Amino acid sequence: MIIAEQKPIEEILEMLAPHKKILLAGCGACVTVCQAGGEKEVGVLASQIRVARQEAGNPIEIIETTLTRQCEPEFMDEAKDLMNDVEAVLSIACGIGVQLMAQTFYDKPAYPGLNTSFLGFPEEHGVFTERCAACGNCVLHLTGGICPIARCSKSLLNGPCGGSQDGKCEISKDVDCAWQLIYDRLKALGKLENLAEIIPPKKWITSRDGGPRKIVREDLRI
Amino acid sequence: MKSGSNLEKVFEKGVFAVTAELGPPKGNDVKVVMEKAKHLKGMVDAVNVTDNQTAIVRMSSIATSKLILDMGLEPVMQMTCRDRNRIGIQSDIFGATALGIKNCLCLSGDHQRFGNEIDSKNVYDLDSIQLLSVLKGIRDEGKTLGGDEVEGDVKLFLGAAANPFGDPFEFRAIRLAKKVKAGADFIQTQCIYDMDRFREWMKMVRDLGLHERTHIMGGVMPLKSGGMARYMQKNVPGITIPDEIVKRMVAAPKGKGAAEGIKICIETIEQLKEIEGVDGVHIMALEWEHRVPEIVEEAGLLPRPS
Amino acid sequence: MVSKNPKIVAFCCEESGMPAYEHAVSLGLDLPDGLKVVALPCGGKAETGYLMKALDEGADAVMVFACYEGNCKYVRGNIRAEKRVNYLRERLEKIGLSPEKIVFCPVAPASGQRFAELVQREVDTLLGA
Ligand code: SF4
Ligand code: SF4
Repeated sequence: MIIAEQKPIEEILEMLAPHKKILLAGCGACVTVCQAGGEKEVGVLASQIRVARQEAGNPIEIIETTLTRQCEPEFMDEAKDLMNDVEAVLSIACGIGVQLMAQTFYDKPAYPGLNTSFLGFPEEHGVFTERCAACGNCVLHLTGGICPIARCSKSLLNGPCGGSQDGKCEISKDVDCAWQLIYDRLKALGKLENLAEIIPPKKWITSRDGGPRKIVREDLRI
Repeated sequence: MKSGSNLEKVFEKGVFAVTAELGPPKGNDVKVVMEKAKHLKGMVDAVNVTDNQTAIVRMSSIATSKLILDMGLEPVMQMTCRDRNRIGIQSDIFGATALGIKNCLCLSGDHQRFGNEIDSKNVYDLDSIQLLSVLKGIRDEGKTLGGDEVEGDVKLFLGAAANPFGDPFEFRAIRLAKKVKAGADFIQTQCIYDMDRFREWMKMVRDLGLHERTHIMGGVMPLKSGGMARYMQKNVPGITIPDEIVKRMVAAPKGKGAAEGIKICIETIEQLKEIEGVDGVHIMALEWEHRVPEIVEEAGLLPRPS
Repeated sequence: MVSKNPKIVAFCCEESGMPAYEHAVSLGLDLPDGLKVVALPCGGKAETGYLMKALDEGADAVMVFACYEGNCKYVRGNIRAEKRVNYLRERLEKIGLSPEKIVFCPVAPASGQRFAELVQREVDTLLGA
């Protein structure tokens, strides 16, 4: 899922400075699970903003809502009536949600309340780690189910580099070396021979480097 | 001859080769380059010019290589995958060889987190092994990675790094084999303090027959003080320093640490000369270029073949 | 501005905070007029949303009374509550408010005296005494 975290409150307050009445919109999908932008976080953030503005002698009115999902146009209807009454929306969905809000409610500013961080999962309660960089050309079958693109600090396809030591990446003792993990898993699978082959230069065209991406599924189009 | 470089010739002659390292200045001060190069002239067969080593912004390795070439030294231009994509890399190789540079050492490069521009975006379009294969393709087939004909004739002696002290240890020789297969004509290793582990690694290298397909140069770096030894032992990823070396450095009397470091370095070189399959030594004495002559001399490596 | 009679919302765990409050009342100890007590089945129920909302709706301070470490009937409810309080204290500081507006107070069930003292101490803090 998409992992995000709340922007610093100072930044949010600055964005909202020109406004007296806003909608604070959470999302019921990924960011609810990673506890950055669900109903609970909407409540806490709304209170925090109100208290801050009250304290500054410049109160703000905040309508709170949490959409089922902010990343699909059909759910935008859930915010339609509420949007009529406000000057702007602060969305605490991922960047996709914020953009869909902006596109749907074209004449009102949509502000991002979160920093959309990465694609990953909660490794333990309260700890989230990255797993995929959406490169558009998956190589997990070659690398023992461990992604070298997202999890190696240098996205090496023929790792590990010389900085790998004691299972950790050269950038930090808190980061596992993806290539050590790959080596260990392939060894466990009896597939170490995979690593003797040189993986050729990657076709990054399927990644963001090829420009904004689009998938058209004729079979699904109406 | 793949490149006709001096380094290649020394290997051809079967002489134990010597290279040293030169760190370009953090600016465009040519005097710094000249001063460092002066100490190395006549002492080594070629000089590695680092490419923004440890991700610190410095004069480019191409320009610095050209400067020392003009001073009569032979550069080994280092090139990392961190800062350029395949377009930049191939273009820089055309330029570098046009300027007369004949050796290139292919590296993945230290992550920018170590350096002075930690907010930068890294590239890693290619990794070091892919970089070798691209340069080999340009040299041997006259084709760019994309398949275009190369105008002219690119002659290059290709090098790569190997770290016998990185993990997983059992995989390190296999990875070297990949580098050799990709096109590494010579190898410079990470600095060696742990001779036992290095010997063990060399045995694996010989078992794979790699010493007959590439020229392996053992890396050495003189320790400057007991503090530095302790710091490196704890904090530098990819380097192992045995306790007895640290002890020797720490035990050296005040003001004698540097001398002890150089002594250890010379002893290491003596041992390297005896190991089957080791064809040379690479001396990494960054910011200590002026101490290289005494190391080379005392290790009995002078005079260098001309 | 904090009035002379600050509004304090005390979220009280039914295993410790509530009995301590009742004990304080039974001893006839002085408790401020502005004190409002909310019973929770466990300190772990002290959700960040409730605590923040209380301030948002006009409380001058929020206190969370829960069990001492190791005494929680639900094992870790009190520890969670304390972590949440700390999280909100940080959020208060970021908007320029005193973190003392949200405090975590471990109490034993029969410590009415301590309950009253902690509330009084909070009032004093708020009034800058
Ligand atoms: S290889 Fe690409 S698609 Fe597969 S997990 Fe990694 S980034 Fe995602
Ligand atoms: S240490 Fe491992 S994870 Fe880190 S850059 Fe090197 S190969 Fe990648």
